[in-house]
Amino acid sequence: MVRAPDTDVGLYRTVRLIRRFEERAVELVRSGDIVGGIHPYTGQEAVAAGVCAALRDDDMITSTHRGHGHVLAKGADPARTLAELTGRATGLNRGRGGSMHAADFRLGILGANAIVGANGAITAGAAWVARQEGGDQVAVSFFGDGAVNQGVLLEAMNLAALWRLPVLFVCENNGYATTLTVADAVAGTITGRGAAFGIPAVTVDGMDPRTVLGAAREAVDRARAGGGPSLIECLTYRFDAHHTWEHRAGVRYRDDDEVRSGRERDPVVIQGTRLTDGERERVDAEIESTMDSAVAFALDSPHPDPAGALDYLYATGMRARPGGGW
Amino acid sequence: MPWLSYQKALNRALADELARDPAVFVLGEDVRVAVSNVTAGLFKRFGPDRVLDAPLSEQAFTSFATGAALTGRRPVVEFQIPSLLYLVFEQIANQAHKFSLMTGGQARVPVTYLVPGSGSRTGWAGQHSDHPYALFAHAGVKTVVPATPEDAYGLLTTAIRDDDPVVVFAPAAALGVRVDIDYDELGPVPLGVGRVHREGGDVTVVAIGHLVHDALAVAEELSGDVSVEVFDPRTAYPFDWDGLAASVARTGRLVVFDDSNRMCGIAAEVIATAAERLDLLAPPARVTRPDGAVVPFALGLDHAVQPDRGRLTTAIQKVLKY
Ligand SMILES: Cc1ncc(C[n+]2csc(CCOP(=O)(O)OP(=O)(O)O)c2C)c(N)n1
Ligand SMILES: [Mg+2]
Repeated sequence: MVRAPDTDVGLYRTVRLIRRFEERAVELVRSGDIVGGIHPYTGQEAVAAGVCAALRDDDMITSTHRGHGHVLAKGADPARTLAELTGRATGLNRGRGGSMHAADFRLGILGANAIVGANGAITAGAAWVARQEGGDQVAVSFFGDGAVNQGVLLEAMNLAALWRLPVLFVCENNGYATTLTVADAVAGTITGRGAAFGIPAVTVDGMDPRTVLGAAREAVDRARAGGGPSLIECLTYRFDAHHTWEHRAGVRYRDDDEVRSGRERDPVVIQGTRLTDGERERVDAEIESTMDSAVAFALDSPHPDPAGALDYLYATGMRARPGGGW
Repeated sequence: MPWLSYQKALNRALADELARDPAVFVLGEDVRVAVSNVTAGLFKRFGPDRVLDAPLSEQAFTSFATGAALTGRRPVVEFQIPSLLYLVFEQIANQAHKFSLMTGGQARVPVTYLVPGSGSRTGWAGQHSDHPYALFAHAGVKTVVPATPEDAYGLLTTAIRDDDPVVVFAPAAALGVRVDIDYDELGPVPLGVGRVHREGGDVTVVAIGHLVHDALAVAEELSGDVSVEVFDPRTAYPFDWDGLAASVARTGRLVVFDDSNRMCGIAAEVIATAAERLDLLAPPARVTRPDGAVVPFALGLDHAVQPDRGRLTTAIQKVLKY
């Protein structure tokens, strides 16, 4: 796949890949091949695609519990990502991380993180090192609207602003933290959190990949030039459940009208209309074949050997005592 | 030979590692002017890129260190109060510690967390006097509690060079300990290797941190009647089980002297393992803080919850009755 992610075709390819990846992943949850379920990214593809299209290969990202889109947009191999979700030895994390911890350090993907708001400070540390080494890489921290009430994230914003670190704080405001609305959770505004630290903060349409790309470019340029961090609030909508667990649990917190109107603006459709029919069909076919082989690769891959359950617990190779017997 | 204090040993280890490895940096509160004394002179010598004063944002600067470690640095994070480790338990136990396994070995997080002044500081009351090394040992984070200046130097050095997160507890009650030592003899001390400070044939006292010195004093006091072996594990986790087994093989009796709370403390684990693995001539005993101790302010109350020499003496005598 040619990497020109910031063109219209490139943006479409990314949003389409993420969409089809998530749809196939949900099928694999239903079939029992993915245990534990996933947090589908469906509907929010424009954010990952737009932001990552503004990045270079040597830039870094950290992600969240809803992280497949970010990881794929930063270039992770869909087959190895799916192998991770299905807990296979060939997965990005050798089956040790799963959906919420996918990482590929060679691609600057410093890990998805399952603790809401936890990744901002980690991102700041990585950005500081880049600066110290004289590089101009930037580091992106993706997080949801739920994270803006986490103290550690606000502390991280303070550090990043204080030390003028090349960090992009990207808030995906999908309106909900699980079932809790932003109106019920956020006093003041999300951009106001950035403004409090003197961090330039904008709110953009997070359903349009081009718009997100434009905002990300501006922030990335500023960060590379030594201008410090930015906060981008992307207004978006989660098309699917908070977590696939919800498909069966049937909790009600969004009425059908809201979901219907929320899904009306679809990032894949919005970006798709910018391509000719021929271009779009070519990309769609390409993605179908990518996903077919990704699913086949994942399901044909070996499960990790239970004897190695605690491999990698210590980077030094130190072995922990087993849980029973001498 | 020159005198080396425990505090100076920590300072020297930091300075030597900063000089040896450009990846090392120190981060914490008031570390430039060295309020804890442990970072004295480092800012002047190594400058602002290696010695960073952080705002009072323990959670953020602890995970900042994780991010720096993931991208090649070896941060040393200093904490002013042992109980600040509760604030950052998530950042250490749930983030830094888990990256290696969760990423399938892609990541390493070589951060050292240094607490210069852990345990009771006499008169600092409930929120400044904890000694939570057992908590980190329980979580599987490498945890060291050096007793002597030379081990403080050696273990801090090793912690910094180790590719995993390591918590270094420097007991407040040990900071003033001094040894007469040739500086050339200072060097790294491996994790998980204990040290017999005094050989004996009747009973093994496992003592941790500053309690090593109290154990040695008691051993000396009792030396007319009992031959006490003092075994200092030096690292709470990984624990030197082979060293313990060798000592108990010589003595057949065991007392553990541990500044943790009794419930799930290090002493509890040592005794459980001894019961599973070792041949004991008598039921073992432990001297610890009480269950769920909150250190009270008034001096007499503070002392009443500390494991002390009197209680150790009683425990030794009881174990020897069998
Ligand atoms: C600190 C923390 N609290 C609670 C949870 C449980 N939890 C997981 S996702 C989530 C909602 C997060 O909402 P948001 O940040 O808006 O992200 P979204 O799920 O909408 O993408 C919650 C409460 C968690 N993982 N971490
Ligand atoms: Mg949300």
